[in-house]
Amino acid sequence: MGGFRQAMGQLAKDRSALVGFCLVMLVVLAAVFAPVISTHPEAVWDMNPVNRLKAPSGEWLFGTDRMGADIYSRVIYGARITLVIAIVAVGASLLIGVPIGLWAGWNEFWPGEALMRVSDIFLAVPQIVLAIAIAQTLGPSIQNVILALSITYWPWFARLVYAEVRALKRETFIEAAIALGVPQWRIVLQHVLPNVASPIIVRTSIGMGFTILTAASLGFLGLGAPPPAPEWGRMISESREFLPEAWWYALAPGLAIFIVVMGFNLLGDGLRDVLDPRLRRSHDH
Amino acid sequence: MTTDRLLEITELRLGYDTGRGFARVLDGVSLSIGRGRIMGLVGESGCGKTTLARATLGILSPNARVESGSIRFDGNDLLGMDPVRFQREIKGRRITFIPQDPYGAFNPLFRVGDQIMELMKWKSPRREPGEWGLGALMTPYPRARRKADREQALRRLEEVQIPDPERAFAKLPGEFSGGQRQRLMIAMALMTEPDLIIADEPTTALDVTIQAQILKLIRLLATTHGVSVLLTTHDLGTAYEICDDITVMYAGQEVEMAPVDTFFVAPQHPYTVRLLDSLPRPGREIREIAGEIPSLLDPPTGCRFNPRCPAATPECSAARPPVAGMRHKVRCFHPVAHGAEVAE
Amino acid sequence: MTGPEPLLEVRGLRRHFPVRNAFGRVTGAIKALDDVTFKVRPGETFGIVGESGCGKTTLGKTLAGIHVPDAGGIAFEGQDITHLRGAARGAVTQRLQYIHQDPGNALDPRWKIGRSLDEPLAVHTTLTRTEREARVREILSAVGLPPGHLDLYPHEISGGQQRRVGLARILTLQPRLVILDEPTSGLDVSVQAMVLKLLRDLQVRFELTYVFISHDLSVVRIMCDRVGVMYLGRFVEIAPTEELFAAPRHPYTCSLLSAIPEIGGRRVTETFSLEGEPPNAALLPSGCRFQQRCPLAAAICAEREPELDLVTDRHRAACHFAAGKESRL
Repeated sequence: MGGFRQAMGQLAKDRSALVGFCLVMLVVLAAVFAPVISTHPEAVWDMNPVNRLKAPSGEWLFGTDRMGADIYSRVIYGARITLVIAIVAVGASLLIGVPIGLWAGWNEFWPGEALMRVSDIFLAVPQIVLAIAIAQTLGPSIQNVILALSITYWPWFARLVYAEVRALKRETFIEAAIALGVPQWRIVLQHVLPNVASPIIVRTSIGMGFTILTAASLGFLGLGAPPPAPEWGRMISESREFLPEAWWYALAPGLAIFIVVMGFNLLGDGLRDVLDPRLRRSHDH
Repeated sequence: MTTDRLLEITELRLGYDTGRGFARVLDGVSLSIGRGRIMGLVGESGCGKTTLARATLGILSPNARVESGSIRFDGNDLLGMDPVRFQREIKGRRITFIPQDPYGAFNPLFRVGDQIMELMKWKSPRREPGEWGLGALMTPYPRARRKADREQALRRLEEVQIPDPERAFAKLPGEFSGGQRQRLMIAMALMTEPDLIIADEPTTALDVTIQAQILKLIRLLATTHGVSVLLTTHDLGTAYEICDDITVMYAGQEVEMAPVDTFFVAPQHPYTVRLLDSLPRPGREIREIAGEIPSLLDPPTGCRFNPRCPAATPECSAARPPVAGMRHKVRCFHPVAHGAEVAE
Repeated sequence: MTGPEPLLEVRGLRRHFPVRNAFGRVTGAIKALDDVTFKVRPGETFGIVGESGCGKTTLGKTLAGIHVPDAGGIAFEGQDITHLRGAARGAVTQRLQYIHQDPGNALDPRWKIGRSLDEPLAVHTTLTRTEREARVREILSAVGLPPGHLDLYPHEISGGQQRRVGLARILTLQPRLVILDEPTSGLDVSVQAMVLKLLRDLQVRFELTYVFISHDLSVVRIMCDRVGVMYLGRFVEIAPTEELFAAPRHPYTCSLLSAIPEIGGRRVTETFSLEGEPPNAALLPSGCRFQQRCPLAAAICAEREPELDLVTDRHRAACHFAAGKESRL
């Protein structure tokens, strides 16, 4: 798609989107190269009470936690957990929500409408509450966190795609394809889906930020991965009893969450600006 | 200072800063409209007629840049005028506007009468000079003036043949048809007793039977009220119907300016001739103009029609032809002689 | 009617849109198409004219299968196609095509032009990729575009060229009948001339039959062999083109013709006399639908709706006073 390169070029010009992209890449690279860039890879999972609660220094960049592990290294490894949760959860929501939205939006009939009402119910409940309820029922583990997040997030995609497909159906080129005798499945896959790709991409980026935040909240409440997994939310939760003396304890994980969520949000906004006006401009002759 | 030329545009050069470069939309355009005359500004897409209209009204988009030239209205320099003075005295008051799209011009939520009275509150010819400024926002609409304005508004609605003006005042814009809405726009344009009305393709969106009615109305009212009209259109038939003078534009340059009688009988510019020739006529094969309208980001030099003109010579791209002629003006190095056949 | 078998035959076509009040109860109907009957012969160009709201676009889309009529029948090549859907309709679609008012908009903005042109062939035929590509190139040159355009996107070419691509797309299937919906509406005069010329050339080259829907009578006059005038959902007059323009029989046709500006001739704004506007399409009067604006309206017009009767052997008009009228109003 030649337009893709044009879009990426334009994205590069939007400063805040560029910042967002860099922040996201920072976290991704940190996760990928964790063994390389963390200072104490071995200390992430082991306990070494000798070093507990040391302030930040040359050796312990962000200090140590109550088990004596290097917080900086734990945060770096924690990025892996966070990103895996986010990618799988958002990915699952996509795989569930988009087909449902396509199906309900294209065929305007009661099963589709019923499904949209179901998704409305999901959307009406505050997501964090729903996620907590599910996670609590199932028990604390990474898999259950992912499950809870997928269940709460798919309606966003479904609703979005549903609205876009219904609007797209009225477009002249879709009508022309119908008049040309193109079979429906072909129209949906080859004409409708590529045209709803942009809003889906934007929402995916923003969804990543949101999912990470919710996952961290679950971790904070003790519903995420059990210790000693270096999950950011749990680390912040742990820090509470040692504040304000061990001021460094929540700093690194908090900063990490901030960076990654901010990054995805900025990137999402930039993508929205780039992808939508480009569409509009291609309609203006 | 009064002149007999109400509007005088001289060598106006302006363009737009687009994302892909500077589009030279007007390349030294000159135009003049006499008092009480209807001027038809004819041209195809991209010729700049809408931009010219907007420049006169002062509603150019923010990315527009005037490079040189002037617009004089009744002796006043519009481009250099203090914007506040322009807003108070000229815009919407002495120069008014009839838009192409009668559907978008009204706010669909408010009643027509309210919208008209809102206009009169600020732009009525009876408004005292001292009523301007921030304090005016606070003062209510003086009752005596409001009564006079309302009566005048109702009279205008009658003039444009809106049935039962009192009741029309209470209606919403959605309750009127397209033709009726355009009549309302004409009434609004006349309410402030302007000197010049700019009508931007006023009948393009209308059916042919309604178009005939509206054009008739515009001509009648313009003559009755002694108002000059600048009418932009791409339809030569419309221009023929009600215009006194016609200016043809091509790709940002004006190429021919003449009174309506000689314009259609003996056009001189090769573009004008071909344009008239390409109108569908029964019993004759269809004639098109070879080539396409140039991009304004990188237009041809000199006379912008030269790439498509069979009579073009090197001097046509070297420089723009000067104006020739007195009553019937043309900008061409090789104008078509009256009666000569156009070479293919 | 003598002559070859009609390619398209339409009888009593009806499409009413119910009008509901705030409670959802049906209070009336907009008779978009109300008993439309006509024939189109192979090789001819049949024009359909009328103003906004007359139903010509609804008619075009109904013929193309985009809308389904409430009543009446459409026969194409002798076969009743009125209620065909799905695969059965697909076979017909190849030979009966519809072109939107702006064919450029009929192209997917995210597809390259080459792909858009390939699509109809890929869907309807069993040609191999090489064969399809050859056919696409042939059509592209037939509409006067260079082969390099295959790799461009719609927004990268001009409006006039987009129209040509839209036409080309329809022609790849080698249809017999093409419905053109306002093919020159909104176009500059010079672009219009190019499009009309192209349509003529294509008609000759590919032996096409056209149904030409337009509100522009001067264009219809030079392009069409026969013309039908629609008013509020049905034909009020059908005749060979020159006969319609020289000797119209229906008062609405007369008004329509007298509203067209004639450069160098009489000024419409001085001579035109039709006042008022078409009545609300949901509240048609009983009897003739034109009576409220008709200069000839009499008592009989409110009693009985006139039928589209023969006035001469090729000229039909729906007016009680049509027969016996010799010249224009």
